[in-house]
Amino acid sequence: MKQLPLYLAIAAGGALGAAARHLASGAMLALMGPGFPWGVLTVNALGAFAIGLYAALAGPDGRWSAGPVQRVFVMGGFCGGFTTFSIFSLEALELIQSGAAGLAGLLIAASALIWMAAVWAGAATGERFGASGPR
Amino acid sequence: MQWLLIMLGGALGAAARLWAAGAVQRLAGGAFPMGTLAVNISGAALLGVLAGAFAGAGETALSAVWAFFAIGLLGSYTTVSAFTLDTLGLLKARRLGLAVLNMAASFALSLLAAAGGYALGAAL
Repeated sequence: MKQLPLYLAIAAGGALGAAARHLASGAMLALMGPGFPWGVLTVNALGAFAIGLYAALAGPDGRWSAGPVQRVFVMGGFCGGFTTFSIFSLEALELIQSGAAGLAGLLIAASALIWMAAVWAGAATGERFGASGPR
Repeated sequence: MQWLLIMLGGALGAAARLWAAGAVQRLAGGAFPMGTLAVNISGAALLGVLAGAFAGAGETALSAVWAFFAIGLLGSYTTVSAFTLDTLGLLKARRLGLAVLNMAASFALSLLAAAGGYALGAAL
């Protein structure tokens, strides 16, 4: 089973990512209150930034040479486990069900914009950092 | 105990995503990130079923189930990070149509899947 190391790496990353997501979204809930799902919006933005940054640093033009096991641990495992599309969808649905369709629309639009801005900023940071240092 | 369930679910969900997204992408081929889209839609549908089935159940009765299946397994099975990285890659490759299609399909179909799953779960 040649793929076993990849599956072990993604499982380890996914366990850590899911725990970190629960911790971070709990902290946002405590900070911002339950009216708007800030927690998942925030962890998804952080995870998008992180994967953009790592992909730029560990990519073909980046300053880190990362093997497939490390890449799948960080990107598929940690970033993938940290972020979540399913809980976001459920929270948007719950806003609609509670009659706050406008707020749901705002959540969806803000999520699309903020997540894409975050991955772009992460990639731009990684490309800049990767180009400035010694190889 | 709750943390253990979340981490166990998170580990299984991420591994399931690697397998499922890879299988779908190999089947679909091409530049469009069909694999990530498929896991996000199917994960939203399953979480909808779970939420619908447990709607109105006592908080304590389902906290262990919710920690493992919802926060852990399905939370980790679906991903926003790969979705954004895929979309950014399409934008950088000047595949604007595919990028917009990926965004529209991901948001619309995941939400529809969650709603459909919820209705199904509530009817169970």
